[in-house]
Amino acid sequence: MDVLISQSFTGASYGAALLLVALGLALTFGQMGVINMAHGEFLMAGAYTAYLTQQVVTNADISLLLAIPIAFMVAGLLGLLLEFLVISRMYHRPLDTLLVTFGVSLVLQQAAKDLFGAQAVAVEAPSWLDGQIPILGYRYPLSQLFILVLALSCLFGVAALLKYSSFGRQIRATVQNRSLAESAGVSTRRIDRLTFFLGSGLAGIAGVAVTRITATESTMGSEYIVWAFLVVVAGGIGQIKGAVIAAFGLGITRAFLTYYTDGSMAVVLTFLLVVVFLQLRPQGLFAVRTRSLA
Amino acid sequence: MKRLSLKGLMPIAGIIALALLLLVVAPSVLSTFRLNNLGKYCCYAIAAVGIGIAWGRGGMLVLGQGLFFGIGAYAMGMHLKLEAAGPEGVPDFMLNFGGGVLPAWWEPFRSGAFTIVAIVVVPAIVAALLGLAVFKRRIKGAYFAILSQALTVAFAALLVSQIKYTGGQTGLNSLTSFFGYNLYDPVNKKMIYSITATILVVMLLVAYQLYRSRFGELLVATRDAEERVRFLGYDPANIKVVAFVIAAIMASIGGAMFVPMAGLINPREVNALASIMLIAGVALGGRATLLGPAIGALAVGFGRTYLSESFPDQWTYFLGALFVVVILLIPNGLASLVPRIWRSLTTRQPAARKRVKTA
Repeated sequence: MDVLISQSFTGASYGAALLLVALGLALTFGQMGVINMAHGEFLMAGAYTAYLTQQVVTNADISLLLAIPIAFMVAGLLGLLLEFLVISRMYHRPLDTLLVTFGVSLVLQQAAKDLFGAQAVAVEAPSWLDGQIPILGYRYPLSQLFILVLALSCLFGVAALLKYSSFGRQIRATVQNRSLAESAGVSTRRIDRLTFFLGSGLAGIAGVAVTRITATESTMGSEYIVWAFLVVVAGGIGQIKGAVIAAFGLGITRAFLTYYTDGSMAVVLTFLLVVVFLQLRPQGLFAVRTRSLA
Repeated sequence: MKRLSLKGLMPIAGIIALALLLLVVAPSVLSTFRLNNLGKYCCYAIAAVGIGIAWGRGGMLVLGQGLFFGIGAYAMGMHLKLEAAGPEGVPDFMLNFGGGVLPAWWEPFRSGAFTIVAIVVVPAIVAALLGLAVFKRRIKGAYFAILSQALTVAFAALLVSQIKYTGGQTGLNSLTSFFGYNLYDPVNKKMIYSITATILVVMLLVAYQLYRSRFGELLVATRDAEERVRFLGYDPANIKVVAFVIAAIMASIGGAMFVPMAGLINPREVNALASIMLIAGVALGGRATLLGPAIGALAVGFGRTYLSESFPDQWTYFLGALFVVVILLIPNGLASLVPRIWRSLTTRQPAARKRVKTA
């Protein structure tokens, strides 16, 4: 029973981090059909932003909170730059964007290695994240709870944005039917750019969050990106609901499998589960209904 | 049966030229060390020919060919490791990590014949199972690419963690002989190189025949208009599975030949980055052409060696930039420039732009 609770909570924190990364992917993939392999490096940029913020504001209690909006802006602007320079030129070849952005991701990783060194940098934990909080008899580390809370706040923020704001309505319209949205006066190019900014920014926030559970180093993005893509694939593209369930599902499954086998066996088994799951629901958990044949 | 025309003979001429270059010119001008390196690039090129079939002609972005490259490489590595250990011996790393008992599934790899069969059959089975699971459910495009990459990530993680059976991060090294031939003898090195280069030429001929066949036509049709192929009464899934299996076997053979030349195999040679490197070569050369993928892979191999010799840290920048520039500006690869330049040289009219769908 103890194991059940502790692994559920560990998995939930990991799933929350995955959710933050996957939200951006699900938005851009669903809306533009663009696979951004450099998305993991936006997470890395967020994590290094947390590190740099700490170099300026040495009080760890404040700097981590301060890093959240800064990381959002840094990663978001990086995303905007990528969209403007590269992706906007190849909307008609979605599969090729995958390779181009992979090239970008290699460059960003090497740049981070040159700038910050190959060794992981230390991001100090603020004092208010020391200690645990007892939940159902399990002492839940506050740092893990922090990730969960941060992810859920972002989730509700994005959900509210999509549901109530006019920007959100335009995004949903573009996802559902691009040409119809355009003829109704939505500037889909502008919406694309804003979505990209938002999605990349969320990855930056995820980067700040995962400094609590992962080493901050140049390759940290590639570790998350494959999992985040699995979340998107399993959850179905173009909406949040599926990504939420898939992220927590995958996170908790992985935590349990890690406990009963080991880290890499868990990766293999979780992957196989996703393939089996896709046999049952090839479009993911929730598919946006379209009238295309495939 | 298509009639052979002058244009139809061009690819054959290209293959013959490449064969002469690799089998006659290279061994007489290059040092043993450089020749051995060229042999390794040939292994990548063998895998690249397969990627050309699956991705260039079939439209399946196989991001995880490192998996199949690795299956072939580890099968060969296990055999050579057992050869090095002697008839009743146990590989050295197993003495250190595994209690010195040879696992039952290693035992058959003592036989060279079994190893060679395994190098072809195991990747074929894995690819067929995965392909059926994925393509029958009409999972395609980016979904397939992501799944194949995730599988490779998982495979590499497994290789690292199962140190008792795979040697972990170090992999299988200290290999001494290749089917009885000493690996350190320059004559044998040359022989292994020649075998590899010959295999590459044979694979190119296989691809040439495949592209001329009915199956080749169907594969391109499936890439360009899957639904129409379905409406014509074919099952696109079967066509894709066959192409995927062929690509997997080619990658596996490339991996197998890589081991005697490198003298070792470890997870870094088969992980996600190694798989992407293979894709880079194919994209550079021209994914949908016959010779493009092989030549691109050779070029990327050369580039990697020379650039990392002169600028050890900058190689990654070059590789990244290569992707961006090639895919953004010349999506059909360098091979697509050849006919364009040829036409602009031979005719006075501006070269007609031929767009190949590359989704």
